[in-house]
Amino acid sequence: MDASLPAHMRPERSFQGFILALQRFWAEQGCVILQPYDMEMGAGTFHPATTLRALGPKPWNAAYVQPSRRPKDGRYGENPNRMQHYYQFQVIMKPSPPNLQELYLKSLAAIGIDSAMHDIRFVEDDWESPTLGAWGLGWECWCDGMEVSQFTYFQQVAGVECAPVAGELTYGLERLAMYVQGVDRVYDLSFNGRDGDAKVTYGDVFLQAEQEYSRHNFEYADTTMLFEQFKMAEAACKKYLDAGWKDGKREAHLLALPAYDQCIKASHVFNLLDARGVISVTERQSYILRVRELAKACGEAWVHTEAGGAA
Amino acid sequence: MPELLLELFSEEIPARMQAKAADDLRRMVTDKLVAEGLVYEGAKAFATPRRLALTVHGIPARQPDLKTERRGPKIGAADAAVQGFLKATGLQSLDEAKIQRDPKGDFYIALIEKPGRDAIEVLAEILPVIIRTFPWPKSMRWGARSGKPGSLNWVRPLHAITATFGIETEEPDVVKFAIDGIETGQITYGHRFMAPAPINVRRFEDYEAKLKAAKVILDPQARKDIILADAKELAFAQGLELVEDQVLLDEVSGLVEWPVVMMGSFEQEYLAIPDEVIRATIRNNQKCFVVKDPKTGKLTNKFVLTANIEAPDGGKTIVAGNERVIRPRLSDAKFFYETDRKTKLEDRLPKFDQIVFHEKLGTQAERIKRIERLASEIAPLVGADVAKAKRAAHLAKADLLTEVVGEFPEVQGLMGKYYALAQGEDASVAAACEEHYKPQGPADRVPTDPVSLAVALADKIDTLVGFWVIDEKPTGSKDPYALRRAALGVIRIAIERHIDLYPRGLLEKHIKAFRPDISDTERSEVGDSFRHFFEDRLKVQLREQGVRHDLVDSVLYLGGKEVGLLSTVRRVEALGKFLETDDGKNLLAGIKRASNILGIEEKKDKRTFDGAPDAALYGLSEEKALAKAIGEVTTEASAAVAKEDFAAAMSAMAKLRPPVDAFFEKVRVNDDDAKVRENRLKLLNEIRSATRAVADFSKIQD
Repeated sequence: MDASLPAHMRPERSFQGFILALQRFWAEQGCVILQPYDMEMGAGTFHPATTLRALGPKPWNAAYVQPSRRPKDGRYGENPNRMQHYYQFQVIMKPSPPNLQELYLKSLAAIGIDSAMHDIRFVEDDWESPTLGAWGLGWECWCDGMEVSQFTYFQQVAGVECAPVAGELTYGLERLAMYVQGVDRVYDLSFNGRDGDAKVTYGDVFLQAEQEYSRHNFEYADTTMLFEQFKMAEAACKKYLDAGWKDGKREAHLLALPAYDQCIKASHVFNLLDARGVISVTERQSYILRVRELAKACGEAWVHTEAGGAA
Repeated sequence: MPELLLELFSEEIPARMQAKAADDLRRMVTDKLVAEGLVYEGAKAFATPRRLALTVHGIPARQPDLKTERRGPKIGAADAAVQGFLKATGLQSLDEAKIQRDPKGDFYIALIEKPGRDAIEVLAEILPVIIRTFPWPKSMRWGARSGKPGSLNWVRPLHAITATFGIETEEPDVVKFAIDGIETGQITYGHRFMAPAPINVRRFEDYEAKLKAAKVILDPQARKDIILADAKELAFAQGLELVEDQVLLDEVSGLVEWPVVMMGSFEQEYLAIPDEVIRATIRNNQKCFVVKDPKTGKLTNKFVLTANIEAPDGGKTIVAGNERVIRPRLSDAKFFYETDRKTKLEDRLPKFDQIVFHEKLGTQAERIKRIERLASEIAPLVGADVAKAKRAAHLAKADLLTEVVGEFPEVQGLMGKYYALAQGEDASVAAACEEHYKPQGPADRVPTDPVSLAVALADKIDTLVGFWVIDEKPTGSKDPYALRRAALGVIRIAIERHIDLYPRGLLEKHIKAFRPDISDTERSEVGDSFRHFFEDRLKVQLREQGVRHDLVDSVLYLGGKEVGLLSTVRRVEALGKFLETDDGKNLLAGIKRASNILGIEEKKDKRTFDGAPDAALYGLSEEKALAKAIGEVTTEASAAVAKEDFAAAMSAMAKLRPPVDAFFEKVRVNDDDAKVRENRLKLLNEIRSATRAVADFSKIQD
């Protein structure tokens, strides 16, 4: 931890200070610090900086915060730590450096978790995303019995083998911040580290949003529109993928990123429909497969782009 | 003699894979050594979260020399053949070959002496192959090298390989090889947090000791012993008792290199949650042990955690952290439990209309209706109250839709019992909600309450018949719906609770619930296959209890009416006992003799000798005596079998022995008079059919 920081910026006092400390740490490890992707998504992994950049031979090191929306996890602001919107901090390093575990532990130290005092453990957790056609091996990282991060060596993303393999770290920011701030309810987190009237809590920022979006996700989200949006996003994704092949030959692709946006869109719309309870068990599987098909086709397009390593 | 030390140092290996990996490593290396002529004295393998280690001692320093002869071409063979021979054998010229005389001509023989190689050289060759082909259940690639094909696959990134070979008194040599850029050496590392510095090791003895000094307990058993002893002591010190849990202990010992056991607690109010749910919460999510009060047998508000470090504050922070995690978990569990109890079990049932049990077998709701009907039908067979059995079957699956079971599937059934009791159901009905899943496997308990038995049977039989109807039977190692286990459950209930069950009969009755329009032919075909499946399972089950399978075979397939599962077992038991007596042994010999003679003569005459013998043709008193005995024994044995009194049936059989013995002693079957011969053969045939009342003796091996 940086001792020169003013008190209100210290990671154990302020949520924003916590995020800044992580960004600073990973910037020093050579990551580009990106801003959140401007689309709704269920996890930081969906950000093209992870999903697409994990593919192809080119080195890539990035870190960013990604607001993550899980419509089904809404609890009307009544659960102490479950929300339909929360932040993930995502790090991706390709190829995975040999000392990634040590870097991770140092990053914990940077946010005030000393591995001499806390019991840090790497517990098996194989990661799989059926919608992204992706899997990897790794761990959930435990601090004193609490899962605080996900650590994955990507083996396959969007149906494409990762060569070389990227290492991915995902920090559940609120949960970690609650731990270092010592609060039991996420809405009690200090957001800005200030005291008295100047203090802004996580609840001040997000409680109303949690209540409103829970109503929206479970009760009001317009399912007719959403079904339509799913179809439109799916169709648009396919259309852009078809149109993107340069000169109609499957050698170079010119529209991988816009096509992938539609895949992200379809995935989020599906999550909303799922939360509204209008998708039956059997249909559910087929929706997941449809999104996966889009993700795979986007991955295939991406590896035919310059950043994807096409010659 | 020299010894090998091998350590594969990696990032954290999943706990569940460690024991098998250590075993695989030992087996693969020692098998290879033996195959290379290096017979060793002993080997031991170990695993921690970060390393697999192997020591093999008493390896000879060199392989023995090998002498082999290799036959080459004939003298005067074409030059190409000669050149090929020289090349293959490494001879400089034919002068170095011997000549062997042979009736087919004279051949060149090469004497190849393969001097044994140094063991260390052999090791340097076999170890990389073993590492590259190591059978991890799941493995991965990593790092820059994974960009190219052929990079190493390991369970998690591999960082260092220690491989030394040598004798006790000397500095060992490094077994030199490199895999994926990792060169072997003598450097390993201690505990990730408490002693991360490199350590130079020589051989197993100092390796293990230096690791211990660096806060790593290499031997998993030693870690388990420490955890168990410390956990028990912590509980004991407070007048409490640890709830031992071997599976959890195995797992926890695979998560730490330096176990530090500590006790934490949670709020008393959570003890309102059923013990099993508290345990499931703490065990599954936190990998901690629970603690009970020996006086009441109930859980207390303590738990035991195993950390991987000795923290400077004595572990206060770690305990507090774990308590902070366990609290909301228990709070969730309590909330789920309380919420669940607000809804009656039967009110959950409509939801099953929407839940598909199996695509071709309809919804869970349909399945529950079938089980209800079947349970009421079975109830009288097992002495259960029909109304209670029906009620239990109605409610037994409802807990699948509760929050607690959604969170902890392993408490399914058990929660059903709690919720049934909470809503005032009859005790037997509540018990059946839990026990109808039993027995789950060979070690599981068979229920005793008749209501539980009725529902347990109905549940299993519905599953079995259903999958038989859609032809989803187990094949080979594939049994995705655990049908063999279900059948074993039915068999164990029949045997252990003394209920005779007729699988085929049950199927033929129940199959209409799935296929009301099924034709008699088809029903009979499915019935045959079902019956054979059960007979096979029964044989497997009895074989495991040490029963001879030929005895089982001899009482099955007797033709006619289906023999019940319990009846089959009783027949086998009675037969087994009978065959241990002199009467039994001699009768068996006599019957076999009769069968053999009949077999030969039937073949000779190309006909069978069925039909009653003609009493008028009996010329000898032994014939008459035998015929009379057969008549009496058949009547007596059949009556005994009808009463399921197989001991009496066997006693009846025993009466056959003297006349059979006398017959073979005095009577020549192949009489010159064709009619007499035919009549005697028919009489022999009668022995065979008389004994078939209890068993087909021809299937019994001597």
